[in-house]
Amino acid sequence: MSAQPSAPAQRALPFRVRFVPREIVPGWLPALVSLGAIVLALLIGAVILALVGGDPIAAYAQIARSSFGSVAVFSDTLVKATPLILVGLACAIAFRMRLWNIGAEGQFFLGAWGASAVVLIPLVSNTTSPWIVIPLMMVAGMAAGALWGFIPGILKARFNVNEIISTLMLNYIAIAWNNYFIFGMWSEGGFQMSKTFPKNAWLPRLADYARSVRAFSGLTTHLGLVFALVAAVVVWFILNRSRWGYEIRLIGDNPRAAQYAGIPIARHTVLVLMLSGALAGLAGMSEISGVVHRLQGQISPGYGFTGIIVAWLAKLNPFAIILVSILFGALILAGREIQPSGIPKMIQGIILVCLIASDFLLRYRVRIQRVR
Amino acid sequence: MIEPSSVIQMRGIVKRFPGVLASDHVDFELRRGEIHALLGENGAGKSTLMNILAGLYRADEGTIVVHDKPVNFSSPRQAIQAGIGMIHQHFMLVPSQSVTENILLGLDHPRFRLRLAENERRVAELGEQFGLKVDPKAKIWQLSVGEQQRVEILKMLYRGADILILDEPTAVLGPAETEQLFKTLRGMTTQGKSIIFISHKLNEVMAIADRVTVMRRGKVTAADVSTKSTSTAELARLMVGREVLFRVQKQPQTPGPVVLAIEDLTATNDRGLPALQKLNLQVHAGEIVGLAGVAGNGQRELAEVATGLRRAASGRILLNGENLTNQPVRRAIARGLAHVPEDRNRVGSSPNLSLTDNMIMKQYLQSPIGRGWQLDAGEAAAFAQRLKQSYEISAPSVETQARLLSGGNLQRLILAREITAQPKAMIAMQPTQGLDVGAVEVVHRLLLEQRQQGVAILLISEELDELLSLSDRVAVIYEGAIVGEVTDGDIEKIGQLMTGSV
Repeated sequence: MSAQPSAPAQRALPFRVRFVPREIVPGWLPALVSLGAIVLALLIGAVILALVGGDPIAAYAQIARSSFGSVAVFSDTLVKATPLILVGLACAIAFRMRLWNIGAEGQFFLGAWGASAVVLIPLVSNTTSPWIVIPLMMVAGMAAGALWGFIPGILKARFNVNEIISTLMLNYIAIAWNNYFIFGMWSEGGFQMSKTFPKNAWLPRLADYARSVRAFSGLTTHLGLVFALVAAVVVWFILNRSRWGYEIRLIGDNPRAAQYAGIPIARHTVLVLMLSGALAGLAGMSEISGVVHRLQGQISPGYGFTGIIVAWLAKLNPFAIILVSILFGALILAGREIQPSGIPKMIQGIILVCLIASDFLLRYRVRIQRVR
Repeated sequence: MIEPSSVIQMRGIVKRFPGVLASDHVDFELRRGEIHALLGENGAGKSTLMNILAGLYRADEGTIVVHDKPVNFSSPRQAIQAGIGMIHQHFMLVPSQSVTENILLGLDHPRFRLRLAENERRVAELGEQFGLKVDPKAKIWQLSVGEQQRVEILKMLYRGADILILDEPTAVLGPAETEQLFKTLRGMTTQGKSIIFISHKLNEVMAIADRVTVMRRGKVTAADVSTKSTSTAELARLMVGREVLFRVQKQPQTPGPVVLAIEDLTATNDRGLPALQKLNLQVHAGEIVGLAGVAGNGQRELAEVATGLRRAASGRILLNGENLTNQPVRRAIARGLAHVPEDRNRVGSSPNLSLTDNMIMKQYLQSPIGRGWQLDAGEAAAFAQRLKQSYEISAPSVETQARLLSGGNLQRLILAREITAQPKAMIAMQPTQGLDVGAVEVVHRLLLEQRQQGVAILLISEELDELLSLSDRVAVIYEGAIVGEVTDGDIEKIGQLMTGSV
């Protein structure tokens, strides 16, 4: 008996391609492979652009100019990246435990709603110090988001309800819940939006300090970016330097071993989904307090779903999430500058496919062998 | 008299897996119309050999002749075309589909149009013919395990198999269902089918098989044994092996007070059937109590209930007098109950995490690794480094993923982790299963050292020679209760107790 079956198709070639499972993945490899995938994606995009008669170099230059070209546009890129970082972190911490939280979008809306409630009920007046209003909005937004994580969490822990379904469905409820308030209770003169928040509920922007630092003039980057960067550090610390994070990683890799080690999985399911919801809720708060300044329907171009992709592409690494978010922020921004506006979306799609496919190279080594 | 014709001849079959010789020049012969038992302990190479015959694995060396034609299967489909069908321990059925739909699944016919009524009639006929009664329209999820097994057998018969391989078919069945299956199998042989029956249960082999082939550690230790001219005891000896037992240096020692006491313990298995029935067992300090028994008599459930991983229906588990029954796992760990689980890879370790993460599993709550809510990564790495060195765990570094360790190294890691927690009692289940001789010796040495330290050890194993050489006493479990105890190493008596024939 021959040990290796070989298909006849492979015999026609003078060499044979084999995929050998990798035992050890060197530390530098993931970054290199990801970079290679992005370069390949841009090349594929260029070929498509050229085929339809466009000028790929001009298109890429335009994209780069419109998102990284000047301090002002880069600032706008960061504004777009801010909610993506927070939502990406929300997804990453849940995914680490293999809890598939698809509900970051809903948690984002609930966070926005909770933060708005502080201003619109109102719990504070126009003259309350922002030092009170902003923290209160943060707490309310995170609490509302956490509640939206608690519901699927407790359902999963108690009744083993599939969290993919429950978090997905809660998205629709969250949007409908928001609509109820912007169409009815908090509607401004029948428009489907609330009144503009008073200035004490606005997150400070760089532009606000233009009087002391001239270079900040016109820059829209707001305090939410700091929240996002701090959150990334905190999430990294939780995952890698805390007992809780160790337990999360253990449950994620092997729940039976976690059980064997005495870790209460049900409690962690609830807590992790709550933290995940709170981070997405903070993203919602930061977006309405830092950018929109009112509660309305169109506050998210699908941040909650893009966050899933961001977390995945960053391989759940909190610091990589920052970089990936900036890249995606740039592509969102470029969508407004480029005609047809579908091009950045197409490139986004190609990058995604290439990055996901490149994972194969991390798991397998490609060997090309001469046929004897 | 006509020479009984052989339908299958396997000659010199060799199959290597990384680090293991699963099949070592094995010969096997099956005759027309017989039920042939393939007997051996777990890991003896029975399933490997049959998976080769069924086209799931390819042999590295050797020849297979089926119906006088040499064959070389590269897929189960080819094996089925040659008339060989294997019924696996774990059924491969689609729960939401009907019996007939499951049987048709994967067939080339019907090509496009499904005449379900006609196929249902054929399934019913086939069931009638072979005494495999099952409603062709029933959905799989509505069927009992015994009925699902009948569907699996029907699936093979529908594909025209005349040689059936059943891999431990009774493992999932109750006594009544087993009896029913045996009746069916006997009926099938009178209609010209030949059957290979893989098992490690001696009494069943004696009850159903005409001939037996015994395997041990990848080799055939006895072939062409007629069940008419042998006994359970003889088969047990062949299965366990007659070579001189590996004697370990065991210091004489007087056991101390009772540390682990199990009183009237009752629990159910995963299917909700009674697994433990008023089980009583005591383990003293500085004593190794061996628990012998045929697999599936409640050993796993006992280990799980005692460590808090499974609920007890009634009864008590006491550790140094403290009631641990149905308490969180963490409580048992904190009180000094160590656990070496049966499944190293899926329970005892976390494959994609580092050695460090795997080693601190039972230490991370305590200082210096755990500080408040923080985890000191430096201390954890230092701790892992110490364990790696003193237990000679060979791996590139403590950052290596646990899944890259060999079985022996992984078991060393688990024992190192459990021992470092300075336990009062330890439950070790199949601690040497699948390990090579060198690794087995290390595990034995570590267990005896713990005995010397005064730890109360419950050793659950299916290797009788291991139990006899390590244990101070051997208790025998049968159908969820302790049926007897042997202190003088009387292997014959243990064998009888194991099969419930006392």
